[in-house]
Amino acid sequence: MKMHLFFTFVDILEKRRCSSDLGHALRTYSPSPYEGAPSCSTADLNKAVLESQYLRYVTKETGSSGEDVRQEVCRILEEMSQNLQLGSIRLMAYTLTKVLKRLFTGIFVNMEGLNMLQQAIQESPVILMPNHRSYVDFLVISYILFTYDIPLPVIAAGIPLAGMKMVGEILRRSGAFFIRRAIGSDKLYWAVLSEYVKTIVRKGCAPLEFYVEGLRSRTLKSLMPKLGMMHMVLEPYFKGEVYDITLVPISISYDRVLEESLLAHELLGIPKPKESTTGLLKATKVLQEDYGNMHVNFGRPMSVRRLCQGKINRCQYNLIPRDLPQKPSAETQACVSGLANLMVRIQEEGSLISPWSLMACLLLQAPTTVLTQEGLLWHQLTEKTLWLRKLALDFGAHLNWPGQVPDLDVMSSTVTLHRSVVHLKAGRVYLVREEEPVRKHPISPELDVIRTAAAVLMLASYRNQSLHVFVRPCHARSDELFAFFWFLRDIFSNEFIFIPGKSSQDFEEACFLLNKCGAVDISEQEVIVSDARLEVLSFLQALLQPFIHSYQVMFRYLCEDGGNVFTEKQVLPAVRNRATKLILSGELHTYEALSSDTQKNGLSALQRLKTVTKLRE
Amino acid sequence: MASNSSSDRQRIAQQRLRIIAGHLRAPVDSDSTILAAECKAQGSKTDVSSERKTVPRRRQEILKWNGWGYSDTRFLFNKKGQAEFTGKRYRLSGMIIPALQNWFEGTFGASVQHKSPAMPILTSSAVQPPTLNEAFVDELKSTGIPCSHDAEDRVFRGHGHCLHEVFALREGKVGRVPDIVVWPNCHNDVVKIVELACKHNVCLIPYGGGTSVSSALECPPEETRCIVSLDTSQMNRILWIDEKNLTAHVEAGIVGQELERLLNESGYCTGHEPDSMEFSSLGGWVATRASGMKKNIYGNIEDLVVHVKMVTPQGVIEKGCQCPRMSTGPDIHHFIMGSEGTLGVVTEVTMKIRPMPEYQKYGSVVFPNFEQGVACLREVAKQRCAPASIRLMDNEQFKFGHALKPQVSSIFTSFLDGLKKFYITKFKGFDPDRLCVATLLFEGDREKVLQHEKQVYDIAAKFGGLAAGEDNGQRGYMLTFVIAYLRDLGMDYYVIGESFETSVPWDRVLDICRNVKARIIQECKDKGVQFSPLSTCRVTQTYDAGACVYFYFAFNYRGLSDPVHVYEQVEHAAREEILANGGSLSHHHGVGKLRKEWMRETISDVGMGMLKSVKNYVDPKNIFGNRNLI
Repeated sequence: MKMHLFFTFVDILEKRRCSSDLGHALRTYSPSPYEGAPSCSTADLNKAVLESQYLRYVTKETGSSGEDVRQEVCRILEEMSQNLQLGSIRLMAYTLTKVLKRLFTGIFVNMEGLNMLQQAIQESPVILMPNHRSYVDFLVISYILFTYDIPLPVIAAGIPLAGMKMVGEILRRSGAFFIRRAIGSDKLYWAVLSEYVKTIVRKGCAPLEFYVEGLRSRTLKSLMPKLGMMHMVLEPYFKGEVYDITLVPISISYDRVLEESLLAHELLGIPKPKESTTGLLKATKVLQEDYGNMHVNFGRPMSVRRLCQGKINRCQYNLIPRDLPQKPSAETQACVSGLANLMVRIQEEGSLISPWSLMACLLLQAPTTVLTQEGLLWHQLTEKTLWLRKLALDFGAHLNWPGQVPDLDVMSSTVTLHRSVVHLKAGRVYLVREEEPVRKHPISPELDVIRTAAAVLMLASYRNQSLHVFVRPCHARSDELFAFFWFLRDIFSNEFIFIPGKSSQDFEEACFLLNKCGAVDISEQEVIVSDARLEVLSFLQALLQPFIHSYQVMFRYLCEDGGNVFTEKQVLPAVRNRATKLILSGELHTYEALSSDTQKNGLSALQRLKTVTKLRE
Repeated sequence: MASNSSSDRQRIAQQRLRIIAGHLRAPVDSDSTILAAECKAQGSKTDVSSERKTVPRRRQEILKWNGWGYSDTRFLFNKKGQAEFTGKRYRLSGMIIPALQNWFEGTFGASVQHKSPAMPILTSSAVQPPTLNEAFVDELKSTGIPCSHDAEDRVFRGHGHCLHEVFALREGKVGRVPDIVVWPNCHNDVVKIVELACKHNVCLIPYGGGTSVSSALECPPEETRCIVSLDTSQMNRILWIDEKNLTAHVEAGIVGQELERLLNESGYCTGHEPDSMEFSSLGGWVATRASGMKKNIYGNIEDLVVHVKMVTPQGVIEKGCQCPRMSTGPDIHHFIMGSEGTLGVVTEVTMKIRPMPEYQKYGSVVFPNFEQGVACLREVAKQRCAPASIRLMDNEQFKFGHALKPQVSSIFTSFLDGLKKFYITKFKGFDPDRLCVATLLFEGDREKVLQHEKQVYDIAAKFGGLAAGEDNGQRGYMLTFVIAYLRDLGMDYYVIGESFETSVPWDRVLDICRNVKARIIQECKDKGVQFSPLSTCRVTQTYDAGACVYFYFAFNYRGLSDPVHVYEQVEHAAREEILANGGSLSHHHGVGKLRKEWMRETISDVGMGMLKSVKNYVDPKNIFGNRNLI
């Protein structure tokens, strides 16, 4: 089943450039909502939550007095609730038009997807599920829907955004509702949040938008989906409170991400600046730069009813009141997790791969010293990139490679766009490192490693944009049998998105793709490497190498130095130190071992495999 | 005072006759001479029934062999394309229904130009020759109990009124049917028949009114023994009426309209009025756990039955007294009620009776939407003030009712015309595509009825309901009796459909209605039905803890190669949806063979084991071999 529609992408900024921004912001906006129902007011929604039977049950469980709990619930709702207002949307639209026009050459949206979304919104409650790669994502969907007369979504946002002066309130009025981080065991908060979300879905007052990955990916690689919100969203279907729910995966792809350098530094343990309005204003300098194109690909709307067919026995809710708080059954958990992973996979498949991402794959396979010192031959890089383009297409990737421009021009303009990461000089490509601050003392080797690492990690992020295309064949590389595939898939399932329980399908897919591009011959019993196409396999091997090495560093540290009990806070810097030393001593070749993201994923994998257990303090 | 009340009673009796049974001309009975002498003697002293009978042995003489109801009564589109209801039996009979054609064509995308007529007569070559157990037949004949292996008699008793059964008959297709039909005249006849059946190992299938909609009357195709259909229709006497305890002892073959008519003559009623009461029998009600429209006052069959006599292969089962309630272990009546003919034949029943109500009043309420209507019914149930009947139709049924308005009428005046004006002028906040209507029936003494009425209308007002007149209510109930005839009309024009029911807790009523209707529409679309189906529902009963919901579903099958299969797939999916939404397998239609596959999940493994062990004890040779239920 093809989940994505790659027909006509239309640049929505084009019209904005030749007509009045104010006119756009004040356009007549008359969407046709679900079941013709008027959107319910903030007050109605909050009241429905406050008076829900579910909260009454939870109140009883907490054991404190009804009045206290009620006040607490009101406080939570006040902090949480959205207050979607058309006026604010118009203001937002006006500002966004200005900002987006400056930042991007074009914002391309697939019209088929939008049309189907418009249809779907009238039939059942719709959940918009974009990936999250940049803060810019946050309102861009609302902006597009506003432009095309589609009901605006309410959006789940992290609470730090609410704390921003003015901006928080503007976001709230643009439909954002705010969720605390680290809710932990605060039962009442969970209850209010889940009732709030479920009420929105049940009433179908507005499409609900949330990031199934939970947060912005620091590495531009898809994150393991978070399941809490997914449970809340799907429950009204499981309990028969709605006939169906429609999930719409949305893939947002950037040629260049605004936060590229911030993210790399964050991964190296340099904390991100707190979300604040002043911070935002300071960041206006990023507005001076060119970020190329943005693609927003609305996936085919998917019926939860169909997706869950045979996976959920809805009768399980027949014997107790549906409002009674209950742990989801194992069956439900498996189903929700399967769906969440599926959505992320579809987001991956729907994203567009830029020439730059392919180049990043190749650049990273050159030794770092070559990139920083002697430079990589430009013609070598371009030839390889064209080769990789073919491989990616063979593997079914969707490329965003302009057809009407000569290939060489495409690649050199790409390098120009990314001059913050590489520069081209005299037929060679060099990695750009941060300018050295003027210092009295020469820079320490450790700091130098960090400088290089920052650049490498930026490059790695862009490579990660296309990683999902190669990741299955990567695991099946050379002569591995299914068992090896399974082992690698298992180890890396926190790193890359695999749908649980689908390992054989993934293996088949990997074999099929490798066979298709001629890398292997598959007979009934054996998988034989064809000598002629070792190129593919060595590319794939090299692509996965940084991850394997990084995990090895991590595991070795835990075996040798970690001791039996440790805290996450201790481990990450310790592993980073060790990796730095290994890099300096020339034993380790990948700077990616320094990325906190990779380290955390490695730790989670060990936890999942029960090699490491988490102790509760 | 006394004379006053007796004349009141007379008047009411007449009114009742007019309302329920009066529009059904009882046919002249041609079979009264065959009554076995012995039985007659038994009943002669206390038999209060008259000699007139509603159901003759040769049912096909007055009833359709391949459709619903009386042969002289049907809907048709006349040459002008207007719908007409023929015959003289019902109030609607002989009337023109001008709006029906438009509604029909618009709702189903059908056309009165495209006919799909039924085979007019049964060709006897289509019927397999009977498999007769000669020894059994010989002994049976020696008892003098009437029997027949005429093809028409056998075919008539080989089916109920499921869509697939009627559809096959219309195409002249006949599957396995009973090999002999016997007409016992009394309890003792049944005892003899069951003894003979055990002795000769033949299969017995009890047959009452033949109105089953659960495939309960279908002969199991795998049955190789001689199948005997035991038609109870001639056991139709009221044996005695006990005015001190207000009970009546009645033979189980009596059909509803006859039971009411006879009791009315003595100033009583049972108050049990299932929609099929013109044709369904007392024994059938007991065997399927039937429910009547006015259960709020009179109760369902399990509340009405005081004593039951059933003949089983092990002998006769009955209680030793006629007590109102007992604590003597599990109630054996509950093995009998709902046994669906798998354990034996119900022959005689003692039922509660009530003096006929002094006053009856219909009513109706319009609600802005279905949600409000359900909320109102829930509140009425909560306050335990439900009238004799309260039913809530959804918007599609409201429109359907509109289409059935006759051209000229006195009683049928302007249910919806008036209503239309009503909401358009005074209360035009109501959206004609969302509003829905509740029909009400109050019964009791005049003063209390008026008080009760006010209470209910006051509650309705809280949910935005507006009183919409008596006529509207009365018409709503009348339509119940003609709706089955409408299915035959549809089948003449490529439209097939059926109704099915469930019961569900209050908090799920809205969800189940929405989801099941949507599921039907989606399944039709997926199965290639060209035109979106009619998918509608109504809440027909209220209880303390929930309600009974009826779904109607019909579609145009032009372009489908196997319409019945599509129909069955959709109905199957709808039932799965019902169960997934916390609904029951059946509220009162029963399980039969149609819904057997879901019995295990409905009553658990142990429950199944219990039922099976009862069956094994009572009927080890599976003489009552209709294979219903388990």
